Amino acid sequence: MSKEMNPFYDPSLKKRHLKDKLFKYFTISSLSISLIFLAIFLGDMIIKGSSAIQQTYIQVEVSYNEKSKKSYRKAVERKYINLLSRAALREIPMKMKNNPSLMGTKKLVWMLADDQVDMYMKEYYYKIKSRDLKTLKALIGDSRVEKKFNTIFFTHGDSKTPEYSGILSAMVGTILTLIVAMAVAFPIGVATAVYLEEFSSHGKWSQFLEVNINNLAAIPSILFGLLGLAIFINLFGFPRSSALVGGLTLALMTLPIIVVSSRAALRSVPASIRQAGYGLGLTKVQVVKDHVLPLAFPGIMTGSIIGLAQAMGETAPLIIVGMIAFIPDSPSSIMDAATVMPAQIFTWAGMPERAYIERTAAGILVLLTVLISLNALAVILRKKFEVKW
Amino acid sequence: MKKNTKINVKDLNLWYGEKQALHNLDVKLYENKITALIGPSGCGKSTFLRCLNRMNDLVDSAKIEGNVIIDGKNIYDKDVDEVSVRKRVGMVFQQPNPFPKSIYENIAYAPLKHGIVKKGSECDDLVEESLHGAGIWDEVKDSLKEPATGLSGGQQQRICIARTIAVKPDIILMDEPTSALDPISTEKIEALMLELKKKYTIVTVTHNMQQAARIADMTAFFHLGKLIEYDETETIFVNPKEKKTEDYITGRFG
Ligand SMILES: Nc1ncnc2c1ncn2[C@@H]1O[C@H](COP(=O)(O)OP(=O)(O)OP(=O)(O)O)[C@@H](O)[C@H]1O
Ligand SMILES: [Mg+2]
Repeated sequence: MSKEMNPFYDPSLKKRHLKDKLFKYFTISSLSISLIFLAIFLGDMIIKGSSAIQQTYIQVEVSYNEKSKKSYRKAVERKYINLLSRAALREIPMKMKNNPSLMGTKKLVWMLADDQVDMYMKEYYYKIKSRDLKTLKALIGDSRVEKKFNTIFFTHGDSKTPEYSGILSAMVGTILTLIVAMAVAFPIGVATAVYLEEFSSHGKWSQFLEVNINNLAAIPSILFGLLGLAIFINLFGFPRSSALVGGLTLALMTLPIIVVSSRAALRSVPASIRQAGYGLGLTKVQVVKDHVLPLAFPGIMTGSIIGLAQAMGETAPLIIVGMIAFIPDSPSSIMDAATVMPAQIFTWAGMPERAYIERTAAGILVLLTVLISLNALAVILRKKFEVKW
Repeated sequence: MKKNTKINVKDLNLWYGEKQALHNLDVKLYENKITALIGPSGCGKSTFLRCLNRMNDLVDSAKIEGNVIIDGKNIYDKDVDEVSVRKRVGMVFQQPNPFPKSIYENIAYAPLKHGIVKKGSECDDLVEESLHGAGIWDEVKDSLKEPATGLSGGQQQRICIARTIAVKPDIILMDEPTSALDPISTEKIEALMLELKKKYTIVTVTHNMQQAARIADMTAFFHLGKLIEYDETETIFVNPKEKKTEDYITGRFG
């Protein structure tokens, strides 16, 4: 249409549209780049970790008798010994002790295979003596070798034999540590935020506090580890490597995140709500507790869960307070020595056996699953408690 | 017109930081009357209103000198607690600001906390009485459990008035209570104010000259933090003594 016909004709229109488009493509390509990186990382982990979902088992005859009670090496035929998991074999005498009726019987049992056999079955690089390999091939021919769902990974702690190691004790350690961290950081953080937002006089003093809280959030996490070591272990004498010390250390780190996000949540509560309350002759405590905090709650929860998720992935400070120990059994209290998932992943990543690499990836997948669930929980909570105006 | 002094303001000065917002105010507000505060934007009407129930205590930078004597007691005396002042001097704001809770909870929360009523039928009665008093009972009696924020602006404002009278104050302060409302809602609130003044002393801020003329017994004209003229509404509108007042109400400035 010509200039005369169109009263809305704008000569700069083309240029403007081009600019809009360029800007849009720029933002889209940045988004794509981050998505691609995420996809590569996840894909790599899934490929490496997915094989850990299954574990190889071999069907052998186990004889339960006096000899095998003394030495597990006598429990199965000698030629099978090298194909089976040491750790699983070692449990046979224990099993007999717990179940005396087994004595004198022979049974066909699916026994956990050695990690090298597992690698062979998964077509990775393996190291098996030729004699053992012959036996194994014969067993495969008889369909006595099978890959089954790897329950051990989810029901056991760390082990010196890779096929017998699992993420459970690290998971329990992480849960205990996070419970301690939240139990300490949440109430203190929220109370601090309430003081700063609702009670302090917004003067020099609160500005000084604010700057310092922001500084705290920026301190490298390893320094918190050193602080935890100095205070909780050396000064207070709490047990080293325990979830208690780890949790307290993480609480120090999470605190500023909770304070900052809670303050933002409190500030977003409209001033008119406070005025309404004060105008009715309510006290500060009544206004804050019953009207302001409930409205700020979704924001406070979101911030705290994000802080929690961050604390969960934290490794450096926990290594310093000793939470990287070899923990085969799940800790049963916050005083027991424990390790956490990222530290477990770190340990496995440093192991030479191929089977541990698989577990490293699987561990990362578990960690990510929990992280994503936590973040999803944050979104759900926010949606659920959000007040409609 | 028979006049009993309810609020006696003596030599009131207020500063926000360095800036003085109210200058030497001396004014007597009368019982069971509606007093309208008028004046151009920024002249200190809201500030003055907030002095009457110590809401300015919440503003960190505000500094107040002078006396506000209600029923013979200066509310700025050391032995007076601002919270108990606000229980007797209620406030309704420009924007309706119900709590994002149910209608019932909006009305009942403060009386329960103040111990005016106990939970149960006593409280139910007060809620009904207050909603009646605010002329909104018939509209909401079937939806007391519904959120108050779901109502129309005019209804919300009447919920806020009901909430205020549920605390059983003597004085109700209103800061432009109808400026966010449509004409029909405004009319309802005005009728309500005329009803309420039988029991309460009302001080209201308005930018609407007709509204002041319609409902106010007394009118105070403020300019730049000073009280220029204060008299019976009719005198102010028909026969103002000050040139400034006349200019303002005839719309020559403001
Ligand atoms: N919290 C505050 N801090 C600093 N200055 C303020 C504050 N509140 C009001 N003022 C200043 O005090 C003066 C009077 O304000 P006030 O709100 O009382 O005016 P008003 O007459 O109510 O105006 P309007 O009709 O626009 O509501 C204005 O100059 C305003 O900028
Ligand atoms: Mg105002």
